[in-house]
Amino acid sequence: MCIVNLLEEETTVEATQATPVKYDMEVVRWFTIAAAIYAVVGTLVGVIVASELAWPFLNLDIPYITFGRLRPLHTNAVIFAFGGCVLFATGFYMVQRTCAKKLWSNGLAWFTFAGWNLIIVCAVLALPLGFSSGKEYAELPWIVDLMIAVVWLSFGLNHIMTVAIRKTSHIYVSNWFTMSMIVMITYLHVVNSMAIPVSLTNGLSMYAGVQDAMVQWWWGHNAVGFYLTAGFLAIMYYFVPKQSGRPVFSYRLSVLHFWALTFGYVWLGSHHLQYTALPDWTGSLGAAVSMAMIIPSWGGAMNGMMTLSGAWDKLRTDYILRFLVVALAFYAMSTFEGPVMSLKSVNALSHYTDWTVGHVHSGALGWTAMVAYGALYHMVKKLWGVDKMYSESLVNVHFWMATIGTVIYVVALWVSGIMQGLMWRDYDEYGTLTYTFVESVSAMHPYYVMRMVGGLIFTIGAAIALFNIVMTVSQASAKRASGAVPAKA
Amino acid sequence: MSDHDKIYSTKFQDAVERKTVLMFVMIALAVAVGGIVEIVPLFYVPNTAVVGGDGTYNNTAHKDTAGNTISMDKIVWNPATSAHKTLDEWQPGDGVRPLKPLELAGRLVYQREGCYLCHSQHIRPFRDEKDRYGHYSIAEESMYDHPFQWGSKRTGPDLARVGAKYSDEWQRRHLKYPRDVVPESVMPNYFWLESSAVNVTETVQSMKVLTMMPFNPVPKTIYTDDYINGAAAQLDGKTDMDALIAYLQGLGNHIKFEEGVNYRD
Repeated sequence: MCIVNLLEEETTVEATQATPVKYDMEVVRWFTIAAAIYAVVGTLVGVIVASELAWPFLNLDIPYITFGRLRPLHTNAVIFAFGGCVLFATGFYMVQRTCAKKLWSNGLAWFTFAGWNLIIVCAVLALPLGFSSGKEYAELPWIVDLMIAVVWLSFGLNHIMTVAIRKTSHIYVSNWFTMSMIVMITYLHVVNSMAIPVSLTNGLSMYAGVQDAMVQWWWGHNAVGFYLTAGFLAIMYYFVPKQSGRPVFSYRLSVLHFWALTFGYVWLGSHHLQYTALPDWTGSLGAAVSMAMIIPSWGGAMNGMMTLSGAWDKLRTDYILRFLVVALAFYAMSTFEGPVMSLKSVNALSHYTDWTVGHVHSGALGWTAMVAYGALYHMVKKLWGVDKMYSESLVNVHFWMATIGTVIYVVALWVSGIMQGLMWRDYDEYGTLTYTFVESVSAMHPYYVMRMVGGLIFTIGAAIALFNIVMTVSQASAKRASGAVPAKA
Repeated sequence: MSDHDKIYSTKFQDAVERKTVLMFVMIALAVAVGGIVEIVPLFYVPNTAVVGGDGTYNNTAHKDTAGNTISMDKIVWNPATSAHKTLDEWQPGDGVRPLKPLELAGRLVYQREGCYLCHSQHIRPFRDEKDRYGHYSIAEESMYDHPFQWGSKRTGPDLARVGAKYSDEWQRRHLKYPRDVVPESVMPNYFWLESSAVNVTETVQSMKVLTMMPFNPVPKTIYTDDYINGAAAQLDGKTDMDALIAYLQGLGNHIKFEEGVNYRD
């Protein structure tokens, strides 16, 4: 199949050139380390906010760390700091290797690195200080939104221009996904962030009410669909074949997966607004397309899984491959759960409950973070020219902590979410509501504790990964300094 | 390299995979459709609380039980037709109105503290939500909300109709130390709001900005220059706590809903 050749092409082109391509990998190394650090920070803030819900005294009466201000910091840190650094590291890594070409502009890539980290610093200051636009997952003030647009476009331009000057004949499938993410996130960010400034730190959304809600959830769901899914599917289509040493199972399936997802995912946002003041057709349309999305999503998951056919035994010894495969399992699970939750009858129960939060985390921890770690470990070995991580068994420990932590988290919130939904709608024999609202709050306590424990296990795993990566890098650097191993491009 | 000339899919797909610009254009088109179909109509179809240029609300027509059209002036406060001509004269039931300065300051506190992360402001048309919170929310009720604060999670109860449900004193005690009033609550203490003064400059500037909005601006006949100039005096000496309570107490009582009327069609 064509895709086989595309994968081999990378090595073929390299081998046939008089001088092998010398890639710009230093910026990728920095993004890789940054991603490993931000993963720990972002999930740790998550554990803190989860603890605040379980034991409210932990808000400590300090305004800057109250739940309402820290929760946006958690979401922004994991999505933009961790997720962003993973996407830039893998994006720059894959585009060079699949195009057999250095980056279009190495200088611009460093601008992306510096700019993105500056944005993260701004977010860390702005959100605890309460500078919030009041729109979920897009809380950063307008001035930071402007910075995000510029830095995002610097990445997009560099990526697309590198594709344009590639040495290979076809554009590899990972780059399709990355390009669709670049375009869609640009649309989303620009349209959703439209605001009129009130001061340097605050602005008011240009849209109001119903229209603002639709724009916001068009952004909210597609930040998941393109940033956390398309971008990470690019990772899947490169790193699963690379790590398993097998070609992608089906080229045709990847074509179907790509175009169906690119066209269809955009429609799903309105399923967040079932039974609200929006016209009913918007939610119904969103739910219908959500159901249809099961097909390409599962097609893509199968495509990744079946890539391992003939190499399943590697799962016994290859811990990195375990991350990639379990990620695909979570991808398949959450892309089934999501459409189910979008249906009106299910949504009537699940909306406003912890079930939604659990669903997001089965996607974000189980799929996004797991596939990211598979790629990070793979890249660390290649980038620093080592055959093994500092400790392979710590990779395995991390794998199990990530998996178990995620499962505990998701199960806790399934139970609490469904219980909340059922308690709120329950009537007693006299036809009055059985439970007061606060009874549902106190019923949540054990599950909030359980969720915090699951998150903590995941965070400790991330800390182990950071330790392992730092030790691997410092060992490799020490060896390189003493001249034991020749430096690799 | 002859293998590279072979086409494994369709001719078109093959061309797309070979040409960066074509791939870019195809993606840019494909991802644009869904948003256009779902977002753009909401600025034009009835019942989405968009103020048409002629004040017709895009042909929105709520019908009473006898089938007669309810005047939109009963849903959205119109000082020109109402007996109450200014925001200070406005009475609950007169229809949806913009926020008064102190309430707006409170809304900015609500936004700053991330209240929307635990409290929704949108009641769905279900029996249990009606019994617990009141009449379902309709589009007009958030027409001046830049940004909307419907929320997506009820860690705490919905607040869409919390206005006048409790006394100011209850709200103050609860906001200061929630567990003094509701022992099972997981809400943070907000006693420190009592010692921070409202941000007068930002509130007044927000009023000006709200009149400049491209979509659903606050009419200048309501936020008149005189009214905006007088806002600072109304905010003088007020704390963030006063503002937040004023905002909460004004939530959800703007419209006098009639029994049996379907406001969602």
